[in-house]
Amino acid sequence: MKGKIALITGGSRGIGAAVTKKLASLGADVAVIYAGNAEKAEEVCAFCRETYGVRAASYRCDVSDFAAAKETVAAVKKEFGTVHILVNNAGVTRDGLAGTMKEADFDRVLDVNLKGAFNMIRHCYGMFLKNREGAIVNISSVAGIMGNAGQVNYSASKAGLIGLTKSVARELAARNVTCNAVAPGFIATDMTGGLSENAEKLSASVPLGRMGTPEDVADAVAFLASSGYITGEVLKVDGGIAM
Amino acid sequence: MIFEAIAELIAERNDCDVSEITPESKFADLGIDSLDTVEMVMELEEKIDMEIELDRKLETVGELVEYIESLKAE
Repeated sequence: MKGKIALITGGSRGIGAAVTKKLASLGADVAVIYAGNAEKAEEVCAFCRETYGVRAASYRCDVSDFAAAKETVAAVKKEFGTVHILVNNAGVTRDGLAGTMKEADFDRVLDVNLKGAFNMIRHCYGMFLKNREGAIVNISSVAGIMGNAGQVNYSASKAGLIGLTKSVARELAARNVTCNAVAPGFIATDMTGGLSENAEKLSASVPLGRMGTPEDVADAVAFLASSGYITGEVLKVDGGIAM
Repeated sequence: MIFEAIAELIAERNDCDVSEITPESKFADLGIDSLDTVEMVMELEEKIDMEIELDRKLETVGELVEYIESLKAE
């Protein structure tokens, strides 16, 4: 991936940080978008620069904000020149039973997880058209495939990402741009940290008998980002949960 | 001026003479599909330094010129 420029949202920690480091290890320059933690994002960038000798810069942006996403993509374009690989990883949870969920909690999760991915694709679209090559990888979830009690908002957003992935894949196929999704299962990150008491119970429900790591997901993202003949695919990285 | 800018872009793209492009020229006949139109409008934005929200399907070069002029008038 030498000479390629990758833009990763939610890149300061968890799966996003692992993806950033993985792509950098393959030689890609990385632009990291984060929502809150500037220090963590800069740490990831510094690691990539020092360890892999690639260009790396971080940008604060709420991807759910159409105008802010536009400004950030413009800033990345100015700094790096273009974008070849876009990884829509930014995601939030606001879990609760559908019967008691607040409207704001439903909206927020859809706004960040689904609309955020649209916003980024929307503003990078011109670069993908122009480059006549590129790869988009959206981080979905097995919750979007199987559903998950207590996550109507999250699973709806992640199922939505699958539809979005396939439509974008069809739109941009004529320009040699692929668009795929990765659907992680139980991955040990801050997001699932709240589930830690259940880790043992959860692991028991995974055929492979353990939670996944962010690196497991990053490997799948790197694979899809570098494969020129796979598009519109949803690759589960879930230890067999959803087979 | 907008027509000339568009005609130049198309002529460059199709490697043809600018005079072959008229307001009546259909994008489809010029081998320009909807993705090409989006790409062209983006290039046009840079060329004439103006934001163009392409929210409709346009069939001819003249329609695109008219649409951009209506945006300018706003």
